[in-house]
Amino acid sequence: MIGIVVAVVAVVAASTSCGKSKNSGGGGTPTLAFMGALTGSNAQLGINIYNGAKLAIDQHNAKSGVTKVTLKKYDTQGDATQASSQAKKVVQDKDVAVIGPAFSGESKTADPILNAAKIPFVSASATAVALAQSGWKYFHRVLANDDVQGPGDADFIAKTLGAKSVYVIDDQSEYGLGLADAVRKQLKTDGATVKNGSIDPKGSDYSTTVNAIKAANPDVVFLGGYYDAAARLVKQMRAATVKATFVSGDGSLDQKIADQGGASANGALLSCTCSSAVGSTNPKVQAFEKAYVAKWGSEPATYSAEGYDVGNILLQAIDNGKKSAQDINTYVASIDYQGVSKPIKFNSTGELSQSLLFMSEVVNDKIKFLGPTSTAKPVPAG
Amino acid sequence: MHAFVTQFWPSTIDGLTIGSIYGLIALGYTLVYGVLRLINFAHSEVFMVGTFASLFTLHGLGITHAETGFALVGVLILMGLAGMAGSGITAVVLERVAYRPLRKRGSSRLAALISAIGASFFLQEVFALRYGRDLLSFPPLMNKTVLFHIGSGQVRADKVLVVVAALVMALALDRFVNGSRLGRGVRATAQDPDTAVLMGVNIDRIVMITFLVGGMMAGVAAMLYGNYFELTQYNVGFLLGIKAFTAAVLGGIGNIRGALLGGLTLGLIENYGGSVFGAQWKDVIAFTVLVLVLMVRPTGLLGEKLTRARA
Repeated sequence: MIGIVVAVVAVVAASTSCGKSKNSGGGGTPTLAFMGALTGSNAQLGINIYNGAKLAIDQHNAKSGVTKVTLKKYDTQGDATQASSQAKKVVQDKDVAVIGPAFSGESKTADPILNAAKIPFVSASATAVALAQSGWKYFHRVLANDDVQGPGDADFIAKTLGAKSVYVIDDQSEYGLGLADAVRKQLKTDGATVKNGSIDPKGSDYSTTVNAIKAANPDVVFLGGYYDAAARLVKQMRAATVKATFVSGDGSLDQKIADQGGASANGALLSCTCSSAVGSTNPKVQAFEKAYVAKWGSEPATYSAEGYDVGNILLQAIDNGKKSAQDINTYVASIDYQGVSKPIKFNSTGELSQSLLFMSEVVNDKIKFLGPTSTAKPVPAG
Repeated sequence: MHAFVTQFWPSTIDGLTIGSIYGLIALGYTLVYGVLRLINFAHSEVFMVGTFASLFTLHGLGITHAETGFALVGVLILMGLAGMAGSGITAVVLERVAYRPLRKRGSSRLAALISAIGASFFLQEVFALRYGRDLLSFPPLMNKTVLFHIGSGQVRADKVLVVVAALVMALALDRFVNGSRLGRGVRATAQDPDTAVLMGVNIDRIVMITFLVGGMMAGVAAMLYGNYFELTQYNVGFLLGIKAFTAAVLGGIGNIRGALLGGLTLGLIENYGGSVFGAQWKDVIAFTVLVLVLMVRPTGLLGEKLTRARA
């Protein structure tokens, strides 16, 4: 009997000491955390980022003579409540840095926890403006915020598309409302007539909104929201013979808007502060595209290139001997990195110092990258 | 109020359309409640299975573009039959696995309620794991032709189909319950199960038929929903289920005609309310009206007719 007790105690002691040595920064493998939606209705965006980051880490670990790095998944399901509990787990697990959190809503609950624990977090996709205004020293993002996307979209709608009247809809989410409000403000400055609406992203019947659009007869309908609501909305809009051009932001930029929206999604214009790695002439980007296709069997999609860049930035920090969370953060803050998505250099708030907005269009059921909004030319429908 | 006036006809048409779908699903809640005094919370998943069955029928038939004439009618009928089979079988299996064992042991209704919620999660997750959590698109089956206008409202072929099919199904169900031998068994069981047994009614069989018929109504709703919205998802039943349950309570739970009336009323209130206050207030308005109606008429618009004899 006593023997058993002693054995159990020994095992427990061994396992705890083992756990300790694993996380003590020194000689063990540093662990990077991925935080974002891997399941749930908008999971594809999270999966794209994860696939990009995972590719960076696998390529790194395949080299000889480098510190091997582990990537651990924390699935937030895109949900703010889940995200805060996953952030607590990241802190408990003593991971050295976080790739993510992916969405703006979940960032709002998870970021304060990570910042208080002094763990650097670099988002590949969260674009809410407020995130950079909280004075978080451990926050960075590798794409421009909604203050760039919203006005950029508005200028594109008013100038390039020449729209006089615009119906701007939000999905009442942290991200969707922020983006839609920024678009509304700039459209008014540009002299367009703006009508407003809101939809429930979980609802399936958007008839009230569609009827209001039909009555307003706008040139352009803009949605601040994600691709599943966008797919429902365009389907119901086109069924009700609304002819207006459909424009939306990065939350809707995924092949799924074309798959789910069917023929109705064709002609939809989707903006993003993220770049596309598909069809580039830059050899570095082409190499990334090739490696991505070889590993995942599909083209890099929205945020994949950004996920890859975030992974590589953190790996570069580790390769330069920065093993603790604090050192990695200091290193990332002063980095000047030529990423596959764009040049990456941060200012003091964790934002990129140079911001760009890009446009894509659904053409024949596929997403086509049109380039920066300043030069993008939409393909005529039909 | 200006929007209410300008959008009165479009709101009315869309309200009746979605209301018909609510009504058809509500029939399942109402029938089961009438007979067993149980809220079958897994009924929303019975509907969900129906939408998948309809979708797979279209895939199986290789439909990729809109059909017309007899081909369209044939495909719609097949789709409806598949939906009814999918939902009906799910409902019957659910009763056998999740409710009957509890009923036989004489457990409380609360236990059956928990069992229902469990079955609901189980079905959702099975479909999520098998078919993914993303929206699945239906191929366009029907040209959404505008038949005619009422005011500024477009009367579209697919909307007319929803309303007409719902009315026909509800009428058929009403005839079945009030006119057939089996229907008499259903009513007898609803009024007094003990006496019904003494009169030679096979309760298990009646309960099974109740679930089957309720499921088949949800299956028709599923086919209509698929043709109308052309999208489905593993959790498609969740919000619709709540709305349909609300419709059943609004009309008087346990009352067949009430379920349809409740569905149509709810659909109209939602759309009128949404046009005045904005689409984001739809649900708030609908549930506020529900509370107000229940304060004045606790048994709903038409009262608990099917079970009136039972206190």
